[in-house]
Amino acid sequence: MNTLMDKITFNGTESTKLVVINLLKHVSQSIALPILGILVFLALWSTAANNIDTSLGKFPGPGAVAEQVVNLYQEHRAERIKAEKFYQRQEERNAKRLAQDPNYQPKIRPYTGKETFWDQIITSLITVMSGFLLAAIIAIPLGIAVGLSRSLNTAINPIIQIFKPVSPLAWLPLVTMVVSALYVSDDPMFAKSFVNSLITVTLCCLWPMVINTSIGVSSIDEDWVNVSKVLQLPALKHIQKIVLPASIPAIFTGMRLSLGIAWMVLIAAEMLAQNPGLGKFVWDEFQNGSSQSLSRIMTAVLVIGLIGFLLDRSMLSIQSLLSWNKQTDLR
Amino acid sequence: MKSFLEISHIDMVFETPKGPFTALKSVDLKINKGEFISLIGHSGCGKSTVLNIVAGLLKATMGGVIINDKEVTTPGPERAVVFQNHSLLPWLTAYQNVELAVKQVFHKTKSKAEIRDWIEHNLKLVHMDHAMHKRPDEISGGMKQRVGIARALSMQPEVLLMDEPFGALDALTRAHMQDSLMEIQDELKNTVIMITHDVDEAVLLSDRIVMMTNGPAATIGEIQEVNLARPRNRVALSNDPEYNEIRSNVLTFLYEKQRKIETITGKQSTLDETEIKEQIA
Ligand SMILES: Nc1ncnc2c1ncn2[C@@H]1O[C@H](COP(=O)(O)OP(=O)(O)O)[C@@H](O)[C@H]1O
Ligand SMILES: [Mg+2]
Repeated sequence: MNTLMDKITFNGTESTKLVVINLLKHVSQSIALPILGILVFLALWSTAANNIDTSLGKFPGPGAVAEQVVNLYQEHRAERIKAEKFYQRQEERNAKRLAQDPNYQPKIRPYTGKETFWDQIITSLITVMSGFLLAAIIAIPLGIAVGLSRSLNTAINPIIQIFKPVSPLAWLPLVTMVVSALYVSDDPMFAKSFVNSLITVTLCCLWPMVINTSIGVSSIDEDWVNVSKVLQLPALKHIQKIVLPASIPAIFTGMRLSLGIAWMVLIAAEMLAQNPGLGKFVWDEFQNGSSQSLSRIMTAVLVIGLIGFLLDRSMLSIQSLLSWNKQTDLR
Repeated sequence: MKSFLEISHIDMVFETPKGPFTALKSVDLKINKGEFISLIGHSGCGKSTVLNIVAGLLKATMGGVIINDKEVTTPGPERAVVFQNHSLLPWLTAYQNVELAVKQVFHKTKSKAEIRDWIEHNLKLVHMDHAMHKRPDEISGGMKQRVGIARALSMQPEVLLMDEPFGALDALTRAHMQDSLMEIQDELKNTVIMITHDVDEAVLLSDRIVMMTNGPAATIGEIQEVNLARPRNRVALSNDPEYNEIRSNVLTFLYEKQRKIETITGKQSTLDETEIKEQIA
């Protein structure tokens, strides 16, 4: 009897032990390992940085970057306060003029200070999202049409195959010239530089989205198409009820792919064309060549990476929200 | 007497890279209203092709199908199909899958409330009302097939076409499904064409068993009447001499007269029933 009890308690502790071990394993897999990875990277980075000397000083290590994050934030605050004061002064002046002369039309001039790091981040984000959305509006319907019609596919495929491998940066000079020739208006809603960047982003998003959407649409399960035929669904309903939901996974694959490319291309385009955004920030700092430049560029590099990662994660969560195909490995 | 459904002199020739392939040659069959027909034959002989031509999903090279004096030209909800792999839309729940069909067929004739009642009625008929808001990946294979049948029944078709509806299910589930189908059939008296590779299933469910010869150029070899009284009970039938005679007739056709060429060589006389079933499937 006693031995039996012993056995049971022994087994009991044994199984709790197992649970704890499994839990520890899980925690170490999902939290500890990534942290370890980051720590090792930071160590390697700072030793490497210490050993690299450039004409602009030592290569920035983690400490220098952290310092710049604070600096850039303070510069941003300072710039904002300056802007506020600028507008305040104008209002005071206008109020005074108005008191002297009731017919005076008050004028507010916009503040034209230097764009801060934060402003550049916002500019790049707006540009990439607008270009991406514009591409989606064009590419998804086109991809569906190409996927549904074999003849359209045969007709368009060579064009897609030729333009797909072209780096959108090669388009940039042409885009710039065409935009400055055609986009003329006295009071433009968008700056020309914005339009240039946007079209470049759109161009590079277009092909992956068209291709993936059309592949998704043309490889729909034959049975589902037969269901639609038996039900005699009209064309639009067929697209809405069968084609679109069935190809959501493929459409999102294309969208994630192109958003990733778009973010990389946009930074390069901004550097090349001096269009406002993170790329211009990097280029300006490089041209500036102060002792802080390298650490500011390094900060920008990390921020670019972080934003790219967050963009991909947000696409992923939208995808898993919309997609019926929970089995697809979401990575 | 004029028949309700007439498959008339059907030839089917597929264009393949190796040249034309005659799958079916002069297939003729007359089916009465309310009749339950099984199509049985070795795999690849052309059963699905016959069914798809009746459904309107394939166009026969020669001949045609006439239902209620009208020739079949396109697919339509009056010839509902239950596919082998359930073919439910995975992004819709069981209810929504049936709803898509019901809305398409009855949107002009039924009110919103009537549509909802009709969807629920059909899911109840196949005993799926408890899981009607689950998606296909949350229910078992048998349950998916039930929803597929509910979707087909909900269209109130003139003919119900089923392509190996229980082929992918385990034996026990299959038996349950056959009992359910018999129950439903007693109530609705649909005209049904069902493809099967299970001889017992064919005898249990059918009024007539249509046996097809091997392809190429497959056609109807023999037709076996099944005049067993309904309702039928699988346990009681297993000792019924008439049932066993019908069963052995079908087996004889498949195994003696239409054995596959490959299986003749080697093991001629030692085939037992399980081996036959494997060949048929
Ligand atoms: N679309 C097609 N093109 C060419 N050959 C086909 C096509 N569909 C079916 N076949 C051929 O026709 C024959 C009958 O096929 P099927 O009706 O699917 O057989 P079963 O359903 O009896 O197993 C097979 O030999 C098959 O290879
Ligand atoms: Mg088949």
